[in-house]
Amino acid sequence: MGEFLRVLTDNASLFRDGFINTVKLFLIAGVGSLVLGTLLGAMRVSPIPALRAFGATYVNLIRNTPLTLVFAFLVFAVPKLDVNIDYFPSACIALTVYTSAFICEVVRSGVNTVATGQAEAARALGMTFAQVLTLIVLPQALRAMVPPLMSVLIAMLKNTTIAAGFSVLEAGAIPAYMAERGEPQFAVLTWIVIGFLILILPLVVLQRFLERKWAVAR
Amino acid sequence: MTTGDPLIVLDGVHKWFGPLHVLDDVSLSVDRGEVVVVIGPSGSGKSTLCRAINRLEPINEGTITFDGQPLPAEGKPLAKLRSEVGMVFQSFNLFAHKTILENVTLGPVKVRKEKPAAARERGLALLDRVGIANQADKYPAQLSGGQQQRVAIARALAMQPKAMLFDEPTSALDPEMVGEVLDVMTSLARDGMTMVVVTHEMGFARHAANRVVFMADGKLVEEAAPAEFFANPRSDRAKDFLSKILTH
Repeated sequence: MGEFLRVLTDNASLFRDGFINTVKLFLIAGVGSLVLGTLLGAMRVSPIPALRAFGATYVNLIRNTPLTLVFAFLVFAVPKLDVNIDYFPSACIALTVYTSAFICEVVRSGVNTVATGQAEAARALGMTFAQVLTLIVLPQALRAMVPPLMSVLIAMLKNTTIAAGFSVLEAGAIPAYMAERGEPQFAVLTWIVIGFLILILPLVVLQRFLERKWAVAR
Repeated sequence: MTTGDPLIVLDGVHKWFGPLHVLDDVSLSVDRGEVVVVIGPSGSGKSTLCRAINRLEPINEGTITFDGQPLPAEGKPLAKLRSEVGMVFQSFNLFAHKTILENVTLGPVKVRKEKPAAARERGLALLDRVGIANQADKYPAQLSGGQQQRVAIARALAMQPKAMLFDEPTSALDPEMVGEVLDVMTSLARDGMTMVVVTHEMGFARHAANRVVFMADGKLVEEAAPAEFFANPRSDRAKDFLSKILTH
């Protein structure tokens, strides 16, 4: 047990820096993909066929591409177009582009849970598409969206570890450094699992809270 | 009531749902201040007719004009037209996440850009008119069906519409709540509101309508003043329909 604790205390700065970058990646890509995913979801339910087609194509293309390939495009292919982005922003963009496709589908399924009469009544009052969506449909769709949304966000938090393969020092990169330092891998990996649990538990609590808060009568 | 000044004009309107011809060459003119009741068997196209007037159902052929203007196809002009035509649905469709008062003020504030205080004042007056002022802060699910439908009428009236469309407004109600909704509609008719009412309430058609329109199989079969229609239906289709509903 003393040995187990020593692995953490001797390498505290590495663990700290790694997990700080994980949280940064998660927060930036989380906000980015919530915004982009909601826009894509709005496109998929819009009355304009071209926007619907764009949203559908985006989801089908990106959701079916392995995340490592999305990373590889940004880190290795995009610089060939004379666009130079650092590794960390590249990782944020890759995660955002990828996760948005999943959030888009969560938004679309949430919208589908709201009775069509709600949108019809809003349109009959003279509301525009944007007003129907933001004032009437999305607020009622949120409740149904919370559980799948949290699943997507938790998956994304774990997906941040792929950035380790593309020169970003985050939690997923810690084992390689520790191997060089000759630390026991079993203890290292266990500490990383504990780190992720500590990060994910608040999301689970948040989910419970939001589900209860929005548990309105229909 | 009939002014000879047409507000809603349908001319040669056709609509298909796939192979089903739901509106078959329908022409109808509704004057300002007129109350037209549309009756007919299920599936005759009366709801589709009602929903076509504010383009909740787009039509395939023919023209519909409202207040002299052809219905706009999409976008802002269509939204503006809809804001001038009140609509009441069979299933009420009150906004479930908004209070009763918010349901009534949302349109004026967000669509008409009225000041919230002014919209609130008029909203409360309208709720008072339909007899629900004391429930203003409740949510729709806390009200009975009849109360919800009266709120839906107030919500439509809050936009100060030029006409009101009613799509089977009492069909989803328990029998003892039908009367309270029809009372509100009758008082609206008496005040000179232009109304198109799709309904199975023959009593309402008799005493509140200026004209009864009978539809069957997507066609407008017969139109007449209510007394004349109920006493002497001309078409076999209408005679058959009336014999089925009036003998009980």
